[in-house]
Amino acid sequence: MTMSEKPLLEIRDLHIEGHYQDAWHPLIKGIDLTLQRGEVLGLIGESGAGKSTLGLASMGYVRDGCRITGGSVRFDGQELVGAKPEALRTLRGLRIAYVAQSAAASFNPAHRLIDQHVETAVRNGGIDRVRAEAEAVELYRVLRLPNPEQIGQRYPHQVSGGQLQRVMTAMAMACHPDLIIFDEPTTALDVTTQIEVLAAIRDAVKTYGSAALYISHDLAVVAQMADRIMVLRHGKLVEEADTRSMLDAPQQDYTKSLWAVRSFRTEPKPCPQQATPLLEVRKASASYGHQPVLQEVSLKLHRGQTLAVIGESGSGKSSTARLITGLLPPTAGQVLYDGEALPADYRQRSKEQLRRVQMIYQIPDTALNPRQRIVDIIGRPLSFYLGLKGQALRQRVAELLEMIELDPALYMERQPRELSGGQKQRICIARALAAEPQLIICDEVTSALDQLVAEGVLKLLNRIQQQLGVAYLFITHDVATVRAIADEVLVMQRGQVVDHGSREAIFTPPHRDYTGLLFSSEPEMDPDWLDRLLAKRALTSTVQTV
Amino acid sequence: MSLIKPLLRAPLSAQFGLLVIVLYILVALFAPVLAPFGETEVVGEGFAPWGGQFLLGTDNLGRDMFSRLVYGARNTLGIAFLTTLLAFAVGGFCGLVAAIRGGWIDQGLSRLVDILMAIPQLIFALLILSVVGTNATSLVLVIALLDATRVFRLSRAVAMTVVVQDFVEAARLRGEGLWWLVSREVLPNAAAPLIAEFGLRFCFVFLFISALSFLGLGIQPPTADWGSMVRDNAVLITFGDISPLLPALAVALITVSVNFVVDWVLHKSSGLKEC
Repeated sequence: MTMSEKPLLEIRDLHIEGHYQDAWHPLIKGIDLTLQRGEVLGLIGESGAGKSTLGLASMGYVRDGCRITGGSVRFDGQELVGAKPEALRTLRGLRIAYVAQSAAASFNPAHRLIDQHVETAVRNGGIDRVRAEAEAVELYRVLRLPNPEQIGQRYPHQVSGGQLQRVMTAMAMACHPDLIIFDEPTTALDVTTQIEVLAAIRDAVKTYGSAALYISHDLAVVAQMADRIMVLRHGKLVEEADTRSMLDAPQQDYTKSLWAVRSFRTEPKPCPQQATPLLEVRKASASYGHQPVLQEVSLKLHRGQTLAVIGESGSGKSSTARLITGLLPPTAGQVLYDGEALPADYRQRSKEQLRRVQMIYQIPDTALNPRQRIVDIIGRPLSFYLGLKGQALRQRVAELLEMIELDPALYMERQPRELSGGQKQRICIARALAAEPQLIICDEVTSALDQLVAEGVLKLLNRIQQQLGVAYLFITHDVATVRAIADEVLVMQRGQVVDHGSREAIFTPPHRDYTGLLFSSEPEMDPDWLDRLLAKRALTSTVQTV
Repeated sequence: MSLIKPLLRAPLSAQFGLLVIVLYILVALFAPVLAPFGETEVVGEGFAPWGGQFLLGTDNLGRDMFSRLVYGARNTLGIAFLTTLLAFAVGGFCGLVAAIRGGWIDQGLSRLVDILMAIPQLIFALLILSVVGTNATSLVLVIALLDATRVFRLSRAVAMTVVVQDFVEAARLRGEGLWWLVSREVLPNAAAPLIAEFGLRFCFVFLFISALSFLGLGIQPPTADWGSMVRDNAVLITFGDISPLLPALAVALITVSVNFVVDWVLHKSSGLKEC
């Protein structure tokens, strides 16, 4: 690539505003971006940093309720800001393509994949349908989809999430665009699936020489994909460098804090082997209708301990939580609390039994009633279980807010929508603590949060455990989280427990097959990690076939 | 303050709609003050022309048209409001309970509603009213019951999307009773579409009562009512007089106004951003 060549995408001093709560707020505050042909640029930052807004703006598009207030976006010399819709339409799909975070939500469920794939090429690209379909099959092959000839004939719900994400990438490449924007394409996928998609995307980008903007909040993922990385925060550029120097020597404090986020570890607590466990699940099986979801799951959790349950989606982690809370009555086996059997259905449990097991949910936005104030949300368990009223109740709510590091004077009267995601999750923690439980079930509590915020929540949970001695059943798909906080680890796959032991035992090699696969799939902060892993797996599979 | 602000910012159509609604309510409340003559008082010759002593002339029996229009607002509006309120109390509550409880309670209520909805509303109403007799109470109860089925459908559907959210599950696991779930967790989050539906349903009930009155099974004479006023004076139309259409115009105006307001509320609750 010569320096004299004109850049493919050139964004200069871009300003974008968004309209909410009856006023215009700046989202992008003067960003410059240059992308050469064939280059992959990673955009990282926490949610609200303006990554997606910037990604869409590179197509000359802004979301409903947003407007571009200044600057220019030039694609191959053509100005996109203020361009006519017809002019933009000829670019989009043909020369600029977009891959969204959730492929499942982006495909039209009523049409076959192939029909959606060839639509742009046939209608705008002037390619006849037979050729477009042949090219689609070729792309499916490049993206390593199973049955490339037939997969296009399926409907979106008939293929798995990881396959759908690859089909979407193939669709974006249908017209060999000069630029593809990947907006968190693997965030919704399991780590084991993520690997396949990452490898497929990278191969495809290389094969066709497209330039790409790769948007993600996961630094380790971006490091595998991008030649150069831009760190964004609050709509501004924090730092920009090529991938290796960015990883080796970050310059800004904010970037350094992003790098350090995975270093948090709790002190392992010794497990009392003799005592009656606080919670015990004995050979429990359960099913949704005729579909079995749990098969003979057993687990033990002692007072003040953290048991992490890890597995992919569909492995039965959340079903185990539902079984313990009584939302999913088992078909066999039982749940014991402090040596006593709990009724299978939550409706048959006493108030006291309900009080002792509390739950924190994955998505704090839906776990808090948007029509209630914080004081009502945290206060309800207090008045319901403990009979607190009036001033005593407000006093206790204030104490709980202080415990979760939120200022009572500021937050007591607010509504959930006035809080950030991390603050909402803290409110959920306070609500669980208000019932003074001995066991809290944490269902993917950090999955919906940014890394820095998630780390804060984990630290808070750890401090609370040290102060109050509550036990956590911690459900997660994230290996790093398990490594950070677990005392005991339970690995689940297809509704069964496939491995368990203390944190030390589980994380020390040799691993059992599935545990090893899970752990090695976790992206590392090393640009060569993906290459090494793929080489290693290719080697082992060759050995196996031989 | 917080109430006035959105009003000032509302689109012109919604402001107009609200103004008309407030005017109607005032007229209904102060009917005896505003009306120059009594509601059923015969004050002159039948079909007297406009102007002079009678602002809008007299009807077929010689009652003052304007006075009857004013009293009609009170009767028709009052009964329609009461009916809608009752329909929402019954249908809304049952819908929420069906969504929260599910299972056989949901099945039972839903199938019952299906049966009621299977019979055309007007014919069903005519049938029941001719059996139980036509007085204001039975009118309100019958129409409320029929409309409650529609409200049930909506409130159940809206509540379904709320019930699956985690905060409702959290409340269930806390051990909360049905009343708390209905009143604190689900209803506040289902309120916006229900309020919009209230306005719309009010119009339907209003038109329905007018239609029944026109057919002679609604509000009974000599009580002033816009529907029956149209029928009573319908003969004048053949002489090119628009007096009989005045009550119909009053019905049309309130219907359009309510819909303006409903559109605005729906737009606000849909979360669409105006730019």
